[in-house]
Amino acid sequence: MGSQSYVTIMKEWDIVAARQMGRDIAKNLGFGTVDQARITTAISELARNIHLYAGEGKVCFEIVESLEHKGIRVLATDNGPGIRDLSQVMEDGFTTSGGLGAGLPGVKRLMDDFDIESEVGKGTKITTTKWVR
Amino acid sequence: MDTKDLDARSYTDLLKGYIKTQDERALYGAEQISKSFIKNNILPEEIVNLHIQALLEIYPDLHELIQPSMNFLLEAMISYGLAHQEYQQLREKQLELRSEIHLAARMQQILLQSEIPQTDDLDIGVISVPANQMNGDYHHFVRGKDGSINIAIADIIGKGIPAALSMSMIKYAMDSFPESEMSTNAILKSLNRVVERNVDPSMFITMFYATYKPDSGKLFYSSAGHEPGFFYSSKANRFKEIEAKGLVLGVKPDTTYSQYELELNKDDMVILLTDGVTECRKGDQFIERDEVLEVIRTYMHLPAQEIVNRVYRHFERIQNFQLKDDFTLVILKKVV
Ligand SMILES: Nc1ncnc2c1ncn2[C@@H]1O[C@H](COP(=O)(O)OP(=O)(O)OP(=O)(O)O)[C@@H](O)[C@H]1O
Ligand SMILES: [Mg+2]
Repeated sequence: MGSQSYVTIMKEWDIVAARQMGRDIAKNLGFGTVDQARITTAISELARNIHLYAGEGKVCFEIVESLEHKGIRVLATDNGPGIRDLSQVMEDGFTTSGGLGAGLPGVKRLMDDFDIESEVGKGTKITTTKWVR
Repeated sequence: MDTKDLDARSYTDLLKGYIKTQDERALYGAEQISKSFIKNNILPEEIVNLHIQALLEIYPDLHELIQPSMNFLLEAMISYGLAHQEYQQLREKQLELRSEIHLAARMQQILLQSEIPQTDDLDIGVISVPANQMNGDYHHFVRGKDGSINIAIADIIGKGIPAALSMSMIKYAMDSFPESEMSTNAILKSLNRVVERNVDPSMFITMFYATYKPDSGKLFYSSAGHEPGFFYSSKANRFKEIEAKGLVLGVKPDTTYSQYELELNKDDMVILLTDGVTECRKGDQFIERDEVLEVIRTYMHLPAQEIVNRVYRHFERIQNFQLKDDFTLVILKKVV
């Protein structure tokens, strides 16, 4: 495990700060332009969900290393209302934006690994990783 | 080299050529490569990136100016890439569903098919065509030991796959009755109980049930709220509606039905149908029930199967070959 840094999400502009921090880390890790843009978009979606549905939370970044490659891990956590039906939320076309491909299924597509834990009334924790190719 | 690298190479070459000549040939090449991108699932942001790389190769000095603007474009393409991926996946899912339904429809057809009995008395013709893949209409013929012929025609109010599934249940319920020993109203009464108990309350089934007894030349029948059929009297050369009262199946558990009878003479006809026949649409108007009779009259000199086929073809054409509802038509012609 490597260094850890995070951005607290409280107001809309914090989403931009999270994007910036994520992009810088991705760039330093050696991700190409396309992957940088994908990682940043994923961070944006997660931070925006925190802002919209939990009000407050944190987006943390970790540099992870396996035997063959390096990657960036994004952890989005909040103590908000939680998500009741995870399968439904992960279904294509469910988002309130009307299934324009974004939302949580979009995050899953943009990244390599994706995991979500949520408890109603307690909060949500989303862990997602992308590896340098 | 995989196709991605190959496309990247030819993209750069084409772009180089186009900037020099600005001719249509290079643009035709761009069209071809665009198709190749789609085929190989290359997302828009990757294409923008390809363009940036190609530009950098062609104009190593220009990139200071161009690159940030191109990066901006790349960022703006990300959501299109996601939407495209979602679309691809939904399309695959839809194809899967379609072939599953197709298979189910074939199974239903095999399960529900009923052979037309061959008799000396009656010439029988039947056609049943679903509007979509699965049929919500049902008909069957059963010959009794005494030579009687039982005919059921039914329509389920409710559409699509759930309706079609209910029809299979009706078939198996009826298979368990000693049909040829029961009166037509007793059959509807038993069936009503099955439907009331087993079918979703939002679904109703209408049925017309008839038994022809060759000894007396009489047709006995009962109806559970089904679209009335017609009787053609050869002597009077007139069509008459076959009246029969009865509640739709599945509404109340203890419904009872009445049995009616009709004497058939040589060249008389009995016409049974579902509302998919009488509610054919011409543009945005329903046809009149009389129009069905006019068409039948045109073809009634033909064998029964020929008549139903021709009537179907007539209404299929009127509706621009797109049925709005399942279409079932049965014609019995007394030949002796
Ligand atoms: N952190 C969270 N806390 C509570 N509920 C959440 C959280 N994140 C997502 N949700 C719930 O899950 C749903 C789906 O989220 P998702 O991001 O996929 O789509 P969306 O936010 O509705 O629309 P889009 O992101 O496409 O604009 C949300 O509508 C919300 O109800
Ligand atoms: Mg969202």
